[in-house]
Amino acid sequence: MSTQEVTTEYEPFDTDEMESLSPDTVTVTLKTFRFNAETDYLPYYKNYTMEVGKDELILDLLNRIKWEHDGSFSYRRSCRHGICGACGIKVNGKATLACKQNALELVKLFGNELLIEPQSKKRAVKDMIIDKKDFWDKHAAVKPYVVAEIDPHPEHETKQSIEEFNRFLDADLCIQCGSCHYACPVVEVNEDYLGPAAFNAAYRFTVDTRDEAGKERLEITAQPGAGVWDCVKCYECAEACPKEINPIEKITKLHNLQFEEGVARSNVATRHAEGFLRGMKKHGYLDEADIVLYSEGFLGMYKHLKTAIKMLKAGKIHWHSGVPFIQSVPKIKNHDELKKLIEISQTHTL
Amino acid sequence: MSKLHYALFTGCTARQSTPELLSSTLAVAKKLGIEITILEEASCCGASHLQDFDEFLAHVINARNICYAEKHGLTMITICNTCQLNSAMTKHALDTDPDLRARVNEKLAEVGLEYKGTSEIKHFLYALIDDYGLENIKDKVQIPLSRFNIAPFYGCHNIRPSELHHDANGGENPYAPNSLDRLIEALEGHPVDYDHKNKCCGFHVELQANHTSEVLAGNAMIDAVDNNADLMVTPCPLCHLKMDTYQDDIGKVIGRDVELPVLHMPQMVALALGCTPEEIGLKYHVQKATHLYSETA
Repeated sequence: MSTQEVTTEYEPFDTDEMESLSPDTVTVTLKTFRFNAETDYLPYYKNYTMEVGKDELILDLLNRIKWEHDGSFSYRRSCRHGICGACGIKVNGKATLACKQNALELVKLFGNELLIEPQSKKRAVKDMIIDKKDFWDKHAAVKPYVVAEIDPHPEHETKQSIEEFNRFLDADLCIQCGSCHYACPVVEVNEDYLGPAAFNAAYRFTVDTRDEAGKERLEITAQPGAGVWDCVKCYECAEACPKEINPIEKITKLHNLQFEEGVARSNVATRHAEGFLRGMKKHGYLDEADIVLYSEGFLGMYKHLKTAIKMLKAGKIHWHSGVPFIQSVPKIKNHDELKKLIEISQTHTL
Repeated sequence: MSKLHYALFTGCTARQSTPELLSSTLAVAKKLGIEITILEEASCCGASHLQDFDEFLAHVINARNICYAEKHGLTMITICNTCQLNSAMTKHALDTDPDLRARVNEKLAEVGLEYKGTSEIKHFLYALIDDYGLENIKDKVQIPLSRFNIAPFYGCHNIRPSELHHDANGGENPYAPNSLDRLIEALEGHPVDYDHKNKCCGFHVELQANHTSEVLAGNAMIDAVDNNADLMVTPCPLCHLKMDTYQDDIGKVIGRDVELPVLHMPQMVALALGCTPEEIGLKYHVQKATHLYSETA
């Protein structure tokens, strides 16, 4: 395609640029979020159409908006090597590290119109730039550093085996870009929730053999509201992480560590996790009514009475004994086998 | 096409609060000539909660379920996204970590079982689309769903983490899934396009973080309503339970009446294939859904 056919709002300004428009470029429209908190009442979207080559990154396209269309367009960028974590944005809702993401890969996923937005629209300060204060505060809250009494005159190194090091290796790759944090739906609706990046950091230092604040971190991340028990299991964080850290895997490990280290207290969330075994030991299946009763306790049950009555009325609850209110759960075949497996495989208790 | 035959892992909800899920699944399979062997030995998958308490135990339990599909030499199909995720996670863990596999098999050996890794695991939705084929489903439609705008709600655990599900879900893009949309179109319904189709319903924190749960479900439901949905359809009975049985509470928290019937994916297919009202089981819904049934187009 010749440059004359390119639908842009500018004339190409240098010959290098023209040469780079090889025949295999693709016309892409960037529907771009624009907002200046100082002057705009509401955000708006502006379209920038450009020819995009196969080697261009999303960051290159952001640069082209700024350099070729509107010098006031604002975004964070620094290392250009996927290590500083500054250029995290969302493209069509997908968390994206702009300097690491090939643009045409996203065109392949989403088509020729790409929606360019900041990680969190409600935190937008100017265009792609957001106020990340909540992210940094929550990150700091888990003490994301090794806490240890340091001998000022050590006579030997603090050695770690490869196995010990590998426990936190991938968690250590976090660049604090905020991709997972702002992909997390709980962060959006519960301002106390620490979020996947903070949990990943908590895990990373808790399992470090040099560290002495593990229990304290487990206590912090066990708190109802703020801690891991408010995770909705949506796996948005695993999908979002540009370093492939899989934060929810670390969240599961923190859950398990709370039981291993005796930090887990009996509450509605911990009983809910452990309570699955009650039904399984008795029937093989989860006992839906029992899990609510056991987790909430008798006093907490009142919240669910209305729903329970509705479910009863709709015929959702069956009495496998044939007698009302007796045996609402069927039993699996070879149930003894399952009971034995639970008995010999269970590693944690509440 | 040779006759399809699957081992069905029902999960817990299909045996308890959502009997309509099991009956409609079996009805659809019967209509399409798909043979189903129910895994009567299979237990709860732990529903992504047991693993928080005891990750190793959760692997042992899921491996046991998979063993029974392997014994039949069949692909295991699931009718719950969370069963799908937990089974697939254990399969992935055991297939890639020989040490873990050995430890799990050591336990399974005590009851005479062995995990071999020979069975695939996929959700019934993808068995219908990728194995049976949308064109073939289209041929079987008796009562087209052309009277409905249907909002597809995908449910997290079929689409994320995408790497885990990639082989089982036809490479669905977690940010722009389209399988349910395509199924709705094959049944001649009108898929509703809305932002929240791939978002979380909040079911898993219903007890400990009720507000979060209601807000997430509510955001998705009003997005569907605002885009003219007559009903919502989901492959996950947990999404269904959240959005159907708690609909009043959701409405109160978000400050708006919702009133949206939420169908299980097999119920929607059963409606179009002309299955009986008993099989479709709309009477088991808390939010009125029986009016969706029609004997004629």
